[in-house]
Amino acid sequence: MGIFRSLVVKETLHVARDKRTVLITLLMPLVLLVLFGFAISTEVNNIRVVAVVDKHTQATRQMLQQLIINEYLTFEGQTSHSEVEELLKTGKADAAVYLHDDNGKISSQIVVDASNPNLAQTYSVYIQGAMAGNLDGPVLTHTLYNPQLKSAYNFVPGVMGMIFILVCAIMTSVSIVSEKQSGTMSLLIVSPIKPRTIIFGKLVPYFILSCILLAIMLTMSYTVLGLPFSVNFLNVVLITLVYIILALSIGLLVSTLVDTQVSALLVSAVIFMLPVILLSGMIFPIDNMPRVLQWFSCIIPARWYIEAMRKLMVQNLALSYVWSEFVILAGMTIIVLGIAVKKFNNIR
Amino acid sequence: MNKAETKINNPDSDIVISTKDLTKCFGSFTAVDHISFEVKKGEIFGFLGANGAGKTTAIRMLCGLSKPSDGEAWVAGYNVETDPEQVKTRIGYMSQSFSLYEALTVSQNIELFATIYGMTPQAIKQGIAQIFQALDMEKEKNTVVKSMPIGWKQKVAFAAATIHNPEIVFLDEPTGGVDPVTRRKFWEQIYRVSSEGMTVFVTTHYLDEAEYCNRVSIMVDGKIAALDTPAGLKKEYDCQTMDEVFRKIALTAKRTD
Amino acid sequence: MNNTIEINNLSKSYGKLVALDDISLSINSGELFGLLGPDGAGKTTLFKILSTLMIPDKGSSSMCGLDVVKDYRQIRLRVGYMPEKFSLYQDMTVMENLRFYSSLFGVSIKDNFDLIAPIFGQLEKFPNRFAGNLSGGMKQKLALSCALIHRPEILLLEEPTTGVDAVSRDEFWQMLGGLKEKGITILVSTSYMDEATRCERLAMINTGHILKIGTPTELVAGLDENLYNAVAKDMFKLLTALQKMPEVLNCYTFGATLHVVGRNDFNAHKVIAQLVADGIPDAKIYPAKGDIEDLFIKLMENNGNE
Repeated sequence: MGIFRSLVVKETLHVARDKRTVLITLLMPLVLLVLFGFAISTEVNNIRVVAVVDKHTQATRQMLQQLIINEYLTFEGQTSHSEVEELLKTGKADAAVYLHDDNGKISSQIVVDASNPNLAQTYSVYIQGAMAGNLDGPVLTHTLYNPQLKSAYNFVPGVMGMIFILVCAIMTSVSIVSEKQSGTMSLLIVSPIKPRTIIFGKLVPYFILSCILLAIMLTMSYTVLGLPFSVNFLNVVLITLVYIILALSIGLLVSTLVDTQVSALLVSAVIFMLPVILLSGMIFPIDNMPRVLQWFSCIIPARWYIEAMRKLMVQNLALSYVWSEFVILAGMTIIVLGIAVKKFNNIR
Repeated sequence: MNKAETKINNPDSDIVISTKDLTKCFGSFTAVDHISFEVKKGEIFGFLGANGAGKTTAIRMLCGLSKPSDGEAWVAGYNVETDPEQVKTRIGYMSQSFSLYEALTVSQNIELFATIYGMTPQAIKQGIAQIFQALDMEKEKNTVVKSMPIGWKQKVAFAAATIHNPEIVFLDEPTGGVDPVTRRKFWEQIYRVSSEGMTVFVTTHYLDEAEYCNRVSIMVDGKIAALDTPAGLKKEYDCQTMDEVFRKIALTAKRTD
Repeated sequence: MNNTIEINNLSKSYGKLVALDDISLSINSGELFGLLGPDGAGKTTLFKILSTLMIPDKGSSSMCGLDVVKDYRQIRLRVGYMPEKFSLYQDMTVMENLRFYSSLFGVSIKDNFDLIAPIFGQLEKFPNRFAGNLSGGMKQKLALSCALIHRPEILLLEEPTTGVDAVSRDEFWQMLGGLKEKGITILVSTSYMDEATRCERLAMINTGHILKIGTPTELVAGLDENLYNAVAKDMFKLLTALQKMPEVLNCYTFGATLHVVGRNDFNAHKVIAQLVADGIPDAKIYPAKGDIEDLFIKLMENNGNE
């Protein structure tokens, strides 16, 4: 056990003495959570709406009133059909509502500035919602689990999925590869200790660091960001630990494949970070992706992790609801760790 | 001080490097401690010293890469502190690591350095033709540097450092780890450019190479402990070889690492 | 004790590049053996195979009677290896490095301190200095201490003196002498020809081939024949003039003089007369004593054939 202990002590010294990296590692999740939680918001406020009414009646007045009092809309007044395009073009209005009273029955048309398609979709939904009360067959949307549609809820699982890949995969692979480059790795290998021991000695400090990060992020989520807290958070911890081990294994695998720190960084960043951001459903919904990308997203660990976290943290569901995600993540861990250890052993 | 005054008073002077009490401190540590010496045009000047004696720091100041803390240095007629850009266009520099672009061919590398030094396309064409002939590299012109043996790389690096026909070329341990035949061929290049009037300022760990220099200085603890021709030094210290001279002088070092 | 190193017909290639080509060598127990050759000669590859980091393509090798491929685990306990770049943890202190390497082998520093004491001596003054802040000579001593801490029977030193100044190099060779007296077999590689004479025997290696093996005295025997010094004030002119003469086989710089390898018809008086006629009035030529470097040049120019 003496050898293992001194490996861990040595590795901890490397991490602890690199003050800048430690600081960045600990601050980054805080900054990301705050950024995504508050500053970068996908909620839409102050949609500037103009109305075109061909003939005023009781019904149309009532409808205009609905638009005016809605807190998400800013009613910019009425205008004529000929000016609508100009207003939308110059960005003075985000949407225009056409109202026509057909013998007490209102027919309407919504014209939206779709230069940002995501926003346009939201605008039209909001405007429809505002008008809903007065249309025939009112549409009532009741949002479950995230009643205020807070984007912070959505991003907490995403940020967690990203941070652990960043810390575990990138930091471990860079640290192992830097030992390869400085030649100290060859001395470790020619010493009598088993490659297995070298690997676990490397991984333990980063595992501990990740646990600290997990504690920080959970505290943030349940206090500052106000996610609903319940005993289910133990399940969050359980699944995250599996995910952390998976990310560490990925880092290990990368380090056996590349020889320089720069390539370790690039491989980890390009192969693991970008897909996590783009394809894991963190920002763009997986259901909206082309088929091929949807299939591809299945092999991205973060996809399953984020999905599980949404169910556990936002929906506050029990562990049985994320059983499949748990099995997939655990299976991936076993496969990746197996390959990585085998490859590492081959170094002799 | 205006530009005109920074030039050495006597432009015909055959002194190309001149330092007076040149000093560099890092905090409380004096890396280079009031060194004064002169190097004449066309001289091969050996700049020796143990590791940590201050050689690299001194060379960096002479090349205009680092500002002196005290004292002054004139290189190719310009003050290194006030006119580093003028100095840089008049010198060539070749480091231990050769600093070539491995993915480029021999002529691409040389052309690149020539362009960096601001040579006109016509001058480049002429210079390259001359240098390839002098180094007998005509056939290797289009070879990618990466695949070349170390001796060839050394030759190319030297060509790149001298393509703009600098007044002085600084060579920082140019022959480390190179086989004895290649090492000697390299020194033949040095002899050649020196016979054509270029001044060569060279550091080395191979003390037999110190014998090839016209004059040699030996730095100890940031100061110049000895400076003379190899023959003069051997006589003064009563030694048979420069190796013995170096050991005698370097042993006086007090600076502990 | 059987601390021998046996190398039989070892070959290793990286793709098209042949790093080692059918090398055989046998090093005796307790010998200080030098491997002399320039960068790219194949020294590093040989060290990697001997230190069990790499498997050869062909041939076999044994250390202390143990096969480097089959018995690599036992070899690792009995061999000390110091790679070219010293392989210290730069962000750890002198003592932290030493302590770490001792724990790798499960030995205590105290038990083995007597072996490294003469080397570690100067480092004891600053146990808390970071390895990255040590000078080249000091790093080298720390790395050697770390390689010795488990009392190896064979010591593999890869270019331990590259980039280290002449005085530190001198000290280092004295330390190796002390270790040899304790019965440790030492295989050391170097590109400095002047260090060759410090070894008991040496192998000269270039482009994956062994050029010659022998004691320093054996190797230089017979080299003096037809070897001359040449001096003049204008050495470059002298060099070019001599290189052009038909009776001169080879001429190269050699410290303060030029070494001239003459053909059988070489006559010093005639050559001097010719040089004077060529405009070098002060040319002198007198017999020279050949050394390892002369041999290396000779072997290289003849592609290994004498």
